[in-house]
This record gives sequence, C-alpha cells and structure tokens, in this order.
Amino acid sequence: MNRTKGDEEEYWNSSKFKAFTFDDEDDELSQLKESKRAVNSLRDFVDDDDDDDLERVSWSGEPVGSISWSIKETAGNSGSNHEREQLKSRNSFSYAQLPKPASTYSLSSFFRGRTRPGSFQSLSDALSDTPAKSYAPELGRPKGEYRDYSNDWSPSDTVRRLRKGKVCSLERFRSLQDKLQLLEEAVSMHDGNVITAVLIFLKRTLSKEILFRELEVRQVPLRHLIHFLKEIGDQKLLLDLFRFLDRTEELALSHYREHLNIQDPDKRKEFLKTCIGLPFSAEDSAHIQDHYTLLERQIIIEANDRHLESAGQTEIFRKHPRKASILNMPLVTTLFYSCFYHYTEAEGTFSSPVNLKKTFKIPDKQYVLTALAARAKLRAWHDVDALFTTKNWLGYTKKRAPVGFHRVVEILHKNSAPVQILQEYVNLVEDVDTKLNLATKFKCHDVVIDTYRDLKDRQQLLAYRSKVDKGSAEEEKIDAILNSSQIRWKN
Amino acid sequence: MAFPHRPDAPELPDFSMLKRLARDQLIYLLEQLPGKKDLFIEADLMSPLDRIANVSILKQHEVDKLYKVENKPALSSSEQLCFLVRPRIKNMRYIASLVNADKLAGRTRKYKVIFSPQKFYACEMVLEEEGIYGDVSCDEWAFSLLPLDVDLLSMELPEFFRDYFLEGDQRWINTVAQALHLLSTLYGPFPYCYGIGRCAKMSHELWRNLEEEEDGETKGRRPEIGHIFLLDRDMDFVTALCSQVVYEGLVDDTFRIKCGSVDFGPEVTSSDKSLKVLLNAEDKVFNEIRNEHFSNVFGFLSQKARNLQAQYDRRRGMDIKQMKNFVSQELKGLKQEHRLLSLHIGACESIMKKKTKQDFQELIKTEHALLEGFNIRESTNYIEEHIDRQVSPIESLRLMCLLSITENGLIPKDYRSLKTQYLQSYGPEHLLTFSNLRRAGLLTEQAPGDTLTAVESKVSKLVTDKAAGKITDAFSSLAKRSNFRAISKKLNLIPRVDGEYDLKVPRDMAYVFSGAYVPLSCRIIEQVLERRSWQGLDEVVRLLNCSELAFTDMTKEDKASSESLRLILVVFLGGCTFSEISALRFLGREKGYRFIFLTTAVTNSARLMEAMSEVKA
Repeated sequence: MNRTKGDEEEYWNSSKFKAFTFDDEDDELSQLKESKRAVNSLRDFVDDDDDDDLERVSWSGEPVGSISWSIKETAGNSGSNHEREQLKSRNSFSYAQLPKPASTYSLSSFFRGRTRPGSFQSLSDALSDTPAKSYAPELGRPKGEYRDYSNDWSPSDTVRRLRKGKVCSLERFRSLQDKLQLLEEAVSMHDGNVITAVLIFLKRTLSKEILFRELEVRQVPLRHLIHFLKEIGDQKLLLDLFRFLDRTEELALSHYREHLNIQDPDKRKEFLKTCIGLPFSAEDSAHIQDHYTLLERQIIIEANDRHLESAGQTEIFRKHPRKASILNMPLVTTLFYSCFYHYTEAEGTFSSPVNLKKTFKIPDKQYVLTALAARAKLRAWHDVDALFTTKNWLGYTKKRAPVGFHRVVEILHKNSAPVQILQEYVNLVEDVDTKLNLATKFKCHDVVIDTYRDLKDRQQLLAYRSKVDKGSAEEEKIDAILNSSQIRWKN
Repeated sequence: MAFPHRPDAPELPDFSMLKRLARDQLIYLLEQLPGKKDLFIEADLMSPLDRIANVSILKQHEVDKLYKVENKPALSSSEQLCFLVRPRIKNMRYIASLVNADKLAGRTRKYKVIFSPQKFYACEMVLEEEGIYGDVSCDEWAFSLLPLDVDLLSMELPEFFRDYFLEGDQRWINTVAQALHLLSTLYGPFPYCYGIGRCAKMSHELWRNLEEEEDGETKGRRPEIGHIFLLDRDMDFVTALCSQVVYEGLVDDTFRIKCGSVDFGPEVTSSDKSLKVLLNAEDKVFNEIRNEHFSNVFGFLSQKARNLQAQYDRRRGMDIKQMKNFVSQELKGLKQEHRLLSLHIGACESIMKKKTKQDFQELIKTEHALLEGFNIRESTNYIEEHIDRQVSPIESLRLMCLLSITENGLIPKDYRSLKTQYLQSYGPEHLLTFSNLRRAGLLTEQAPGDTLTAVESKVSKLVTDKAAGKITDAFSSLAKRSNFRAISKKLNLIPRVDGEYDLKVPRDMAYVFSGAYVPLSCRIIEQVLERRSWQGLDEVVRLLNCSELAFTDMTKEDKASSESLRLILVVFLGGCTFSEISALRFLGREKGYRFIFLTTAVTNSARLMEAMSEVKA
C-alpha cells in the first residue's frame, strides 16, 4: 500500500507505534463488513421471536417501564389516562441489574438520623430529630446544644450545624467581629454551601461597602459571593462588586454577557453599542466593536434579502431558498452567505464579500477557504478557478493558494466536484505522496498513472492496473505506458 | 484479547447495596407525603433514577403521574405535588411560579421538594424570597453514589467541574465528603489514603471531620479496600483533552455514554429505530472489547462472528433430540450474543465512517505532536485551518487548550490570532468562553520572557500576606503554570521504545493513546502506589504546583488482609475519562491490583469544553 511510504512512514517510525489508520478502507473495514455479513446471515434463524430476551423499547428508544419513558408518556397525553398508565407500569422493568426489592438494610437504622423532617416551621420540628441519632453527628456535645435555641452556639458549632443542614439562626452575630469570625469558621470547614449561607446573612446585615471591603482580602468567600450573585442573577450588585474591586475587565465582560438574553435583533444591537466604551482589553475592544458592526450589517442584509426572496424575482433566491436567517451568525458564516448570494456585488454594497473582507480584515486564507466552499457548493467552477489564478508580470497565469492544495481538493470533493476539476487541483499538490493518496482516494486515475510514470515505478503501476476497470480507457493508458520503450523503469 | 485478571486478583466489593440504599431512602421520603401525588422529576435525575427504581416502584408508593421539570406550566390536577430536583436556583423559581399561581387561583395543595443529593441554602433563600417558604416542605435524598458498573461509581454531578474549577465554588465538597463517609461506613476503613490537589485536600479534611464527629462507626471493622486515592482533575487536563482510542472511550466520544447507557441510532442498529443499550460488564461482548485499542476490536469481532457462525452451524447435523437440547440450552445465549455482536459491529462501522470523514488520522497526528512537543508551528497551523474551516467549535477549542497546556500557554501572537479567527468562525460571544478558559487555566497566553518567573517568585512570597490578596489573584494564572513538558520528562510519559508499539500486546498504559503517551493522572497514581507515599516525588509535586497539597494519611491497621491491600479506590474530583479507567484496569492486571473508580461524573474532552462554553449549543 502506498500510504505507508515516505512522509508518513517516517512519522510512524519516529514515533514508534503501529500505523493503524482510521481511513484505511481496505483492511479493517472490509474485515468488519465481512463479520457483519456473517452476523446478518444468521438473522433469519434468529429473528423469529426476539422479543423474549430483548428489552422492550418504545418508539423513542426508551425501555418501556423506565421512568424517562413514562414521563414522555405523561407529556404526550396531558389528560389523565389512568388505565393505560397502569397497564404499562405492569410491563416488566428491563434492566438486568436491578436488585431484588427486598432490602436487607432496615430503613430506620439507616436514615433516621440523617433525614430531617420537613421545612422546620417550628422550633419543635427542628428539635424532633433528637431521639434517633444513630447517625446524628453531635455526640460530642450531648446536652447543651438544645438548651438555648438561638444564643448559645459558638461560631464553630454554628457552622457545623449549618453543614448538617439544620435550621440555625445567625441573628445573634451582630458585631462585625462576630460576623467575620463566623465567616472564617465556614471557610476553614471548606463547605461551600455553608460559606454561601453565611454570605447571604452578611449581605443582608452589612452595608455593601463594608461587605466588599472585607471580602476583598478573603478570596475564597469572595469567589463564592460572585458565583452566588451570578446564579441568582443579581447583576447590579455583581457589577458594583467588580467596580469596587477594580476588576474592570470582568465588569465589562459581565455587562456584555447580558446581550445573550436579548432576542430582538435591534435591541441587541443597541445594547452592544453600549458595550463599546467599556473597559475591555484593547484586543477585546476591537472584538466588541466588530460584534456590533457585524450585527448592524446583518440586520441590513437580512431585511434586504428577505424582501428579495419574497419578491421572487431573483434567480439565486428562487433556486436556493434561504434555510435560516443570517442574524446572529458568526462572521465566517456571514461571509459564506455573502459569497453564496452576493458574490458579484460591487465593493460598495454592505453585502458584498469584498466589503466584508475589508471591514473585518479577514485574512486571505480564511477568505479563500470560505469563498471556495461557497462557490463549490454552487458548482461555479469558473469562480473557483478564478480564486486561484494569478498573473505574473509577463502575463503568464499560475495557480496559487494561501492554503495547501490538498485542502482545496478536499473541499471540492466534499462538494462533489467532477473528476476533471478535482484532477486539476490534485495535480497542483506539491508533495508526491499526498498527491498520490488524494488521487487514489478520489479516483483521479490519470494523475495516479502519470505520477507513477514520472516516478518510473513499474511495480506500482502494475498494481494499480488491477484496480481500474477492465477494458477501460485507464487500463489502455497503463498498458501503453508499460509497453513503452521510452521509459527506463527503476524496478 | 481481553486479558484476564491474574488469578490472585482480589474480588470487588458488592456495590449493589448502594442502589438498594438509595431506593429505600427514596421510598421512605415518598412515604413522608402519604396519599396520591404527582411527581415532577428534573431531567438530569431521570437516568440515574432509572438505574435504581422503576415506574412500578413509584406507583406502589402512590405516585400517580410523572412529569419532567421544565419551564412550562404544570397540568397536574393532583392534590399533592412532589418535586425531585437538583439544588438549582432555576428549579426553585419554577416551583415558586407553580405555587404562586396556585395561591392566586385560591387553590391549596401540598408541595414537597426533595433535593438530591442535598439542599443548598441559596435555594432556601429563593423559596423564602418568593414567599413560599413554609408552603413547601423540603427533604434531602442523599443519593450521591450510583454504581454504573462493578468497578465504577459515579456521583452524576457533571456541574462539579465548572462549579469548582471555574467558579471556585466549594459547594460539592460536603457532598463528596458525605459520599466518602458512606463508603467507609459500608466498606471501610481505608488503611492508606493519598491525595493531590486543593479540592482533594479539602474533601479529605472535611471527610475526616465527619468521621471524628461520628467516631466509632468504623472502628474494629476489617477494611475491605486497602487504598484510597483522591485526585483533582486540574492535576491533569492533558489526558482528558486527548481524543480517545480505546473502544469504550471512543464510543463515549462518538455517541456519548450517558449514565452508563448509550443511544445507538438507526445507523448502528441497521433498523429504523434507536436502541438504548446498557454498557457494562454484563454485556459479554462489550466487556471483552471495552478496554481494547480500537484497531484490535475488528479482529476480535470477526473472530467472534466466525465462532458464532460455527456454533449455529452445528445444528445442521443434529437429530431431533440434540436439536431440542440445542434450542433449550444454547439458543438463548447464542441469540443474546448475536444481538450484542451485531450492535457493536454496527457501532464500529459507524465510528469508522465518522472518523474517516473528519480526518481523524491527521487529528491524532497533531495531538501526538503536541504531546511530544515537536513541530509546534505545524500543529498551530493545523489548528488554525481547523478553525477557519469551521470544522467544530468544541474540537477547535480542545486543540487550542491542548496546545496551551503542553506549551505553558500560547505565545501572545498566536493567542491573538487564533482567538480572533475563532471568534470570526464561531461567533463573537465566545469572547466569554475565552475568558472562562483563561480563568480555569485551560487556555492562557505565555508571559513574555523568563523575567517574569523572578517576579512570580517575589509575588509568591508576598501572597502569604492577606493584604496582597488582590495581587495574588492577578498573578494566579502565572502561579498555575502547567509545566507539562517538565513533568512529562520527569515521569517518562512519552515512551521511548524501539520498533513498533504492538497495540495487541500493550506493554504499558500508553496503549490507551496508541502508545504515544502515558496518561499523567494514571502515572501519578502508579508512582504513589509503588512507594505507598509521595516520597521521592517532590519535584513532580512541585511542578504540579501542589507543594502543600499532596498528602498521605495512614492509619495503623493490622487487620487488613493482603487481598484488601490490593484493592484501590481512586476518586476523581472533576471527572475521569474512560481512557483513564482502561489504563488503570490495565495497570491492575499487570500488578495484581484491582481499581475501583469513584468520579463526580464520567467526562471527556467535549464535556470539559462545553462546561467552559458560555454559549449553549
């Protein structure tokens, strides 16, 4: 096989592992196909009453009787269809490992101490978990704990109770010193839930300046507060906090993040405008500006094209109706779109590819790749050709690309370009092995044959002869070359 | 093929008890709300719940209808509503909207919220703010250990990764400590305990506190598991970012294994319907190929297919009696095998098709070059083209992160240019994703020149002072240099072998990455187990930025049997990949150990990247 030659061989040898290739269709896949055939041939014999040992599976693929399946059922018939439900629940649950229902562990021994009753509406509720304490952790402090409900606990006892999820009043921590001590205790216990609980209390009972000032030197609780504010969506306080901490970049990003929640394109655009002056890094400022400009353009293009499309006068829109709106798409997608629908437009229009390229300083490489994909999709081979053709000062034309021609070939192939077109670009691939690989893969016989001829590789040519169709033009060509006395074969 | 365990390999403890416990506790909680009730279940809890209970069990405990928690008004007409949810703010808002709508309509019902695995104060705060605290009763269902397989326990908390490693929120540490406490109650104590990473250290400390508070629980019991190893995911991002090539990992990367099962679409089942398939040791075919390098799987499957054919063929020469025997005794097994075989062949075919299409070969080549540290320029160009062609936002991001971590950050020029092109290809809002990745240390810019290392060391002296907190934070990204190259050298992660690496007969854990790279996480574990301490690994620990975060905790334990001392529980905080599991299973077979895995969730590169992404797909 030719792939194990040259470059690749060098790589595999240098890195010392087996050249297992995922795109090797010859060996493994055919082996696989064979096994599949073997297995399939057994179907007739096996398929008669498959049901007995198979999972019962509903149309959606969920095992019948599973909870996920059942929920979909409820969603489907929002009314109450009792009988049906019950009938279905009788279907056996099919996962094999389900243990037998009878538990050897008694419930009481296991959770009594751990399960806490209800919502702690009253004091007695909160205390009712005392008797069953096989798992209750406060053995160390037997009696004192329940003596005075709200005033007795030290900061460390308090956070310990909080960790266990018990109701626990923090109101007695009124001096700043007490509050901070409580916070320190929570931090030293490492439980983030408790840290947040204390922070909720501090947020309620301290002015924000004092809270921020104290947190500035306490990174762990500070991170918890920031995450908490993000989660509950207290954007205002979050921005205040970033402002206080002088974290200008996070402030800007946090503000910018809000645009994701704005659906209306015009409102989103206006919002992005307010982001432009924010203290981003120099680099990000440019990105934000581009984001705004892009959406602005998209709104114009969208309005225009929707009109054109519905008017039905423009051929390209009739032949290739738009599948989705261009709003909020990435720049490259927008460029693709404009190469697809507006390729020939003059630079002056907002929707022309050249205009986009200039406005957003799109690198050549990216531009060419995108234009190529768009034009190839339309099978506009002439445009494809023009993309790579350059003239030198003597007026000779030459094919050039800012990316390797092997990429060009791949993109063309993906868009099912005819062999003649593919062939032309395969020939432009510089590396001989890559060229041979691509030519073989895409059945560009002429390229393969010519390359072996140029390499004077008789053996490979002979081998290739067996791969082309009997009596085809390719076979004739190979025979002609093999019989030629002009060539001094190397093997 | 499918290496057997050594005859002296220890037996695994029976973890099915955990399922029974979880189910019994759920039943107990449902009984706290006597009478008929409708149950609302959070989507993320459905699959775990499916693994321990089923509809008829719920019905037995007077659950009438089941609903999914989603942002839609509930149509339930029941007098009692029960919600089974993760402790999340948005769930609280949803419940509050239901309850408040009822109140407006003058309707009274009973509401119960069951938080799994625990409730958070922030949730209660929202209930209070929404004016429904007291109207709903709250409970906790401490279901935090789901046995996905005989040697794999999952906490099913994928959000652990983002919450801790990005946001720095320690809310799950208590959950981890509780889970460890439960394990040591049932299977403990653990004579040898090791750990590395800040989260590991904190979890260990909190766990020890729990044990002290409830002291006496595990005293005098014979330990069943000799060693426990806690490891933070950020010790080794590289392994998690690599493309997986062992079968189970590849199935996960391609089809996404969810809670131990996978949805095989029509392209795999070669029929018109999808099939949900459990993937674990019970599946005999899967069990033999799950840890194999993908290149071995074909050969194995065709061998199996031939054997199966031969067994079916035997029926040809049979008389009636033999046929009767055959049908009653063997046919069922053969049919089962046939079904599994055709599924896995279908899966392989589909994987091959997808991988061929996306140029997997070139991708793997780039990854290996990054791991070995050669042709960086070429790899960077490859990534650039990947982005320009809009191949896949997640893949592009993953490759950039891999480049960043292996190179201690991108050089500023590359960082700018790749970032710009990324935003142009996949959308400007990914600016937020880049900010996240930088904060998590997954994608950073190199500090210009070495002069900064001097500054760094000065700053690190300053940071002990609390007032310097601000500076610490500003420099924290510097402090977290990945040092991958140096670690790799020190621990020999890139095997230098002569000749071809025979993937059929792996010689080391590197086989899970085609012989190119030994997973760092697994190597650390191997080294520590060999020494039964961190002794002699100081330099590695320092390079991992963990000088104060690597610990050993040994309890004097005479009763530990030699068998139990060869059982090791590895706890991955932030997720582990199937490749790591396969690598350690291999190590176990080599050394006569057996590993048990406890992970906050099974992860892979795509999940890590998605967790960092601000823009939901």
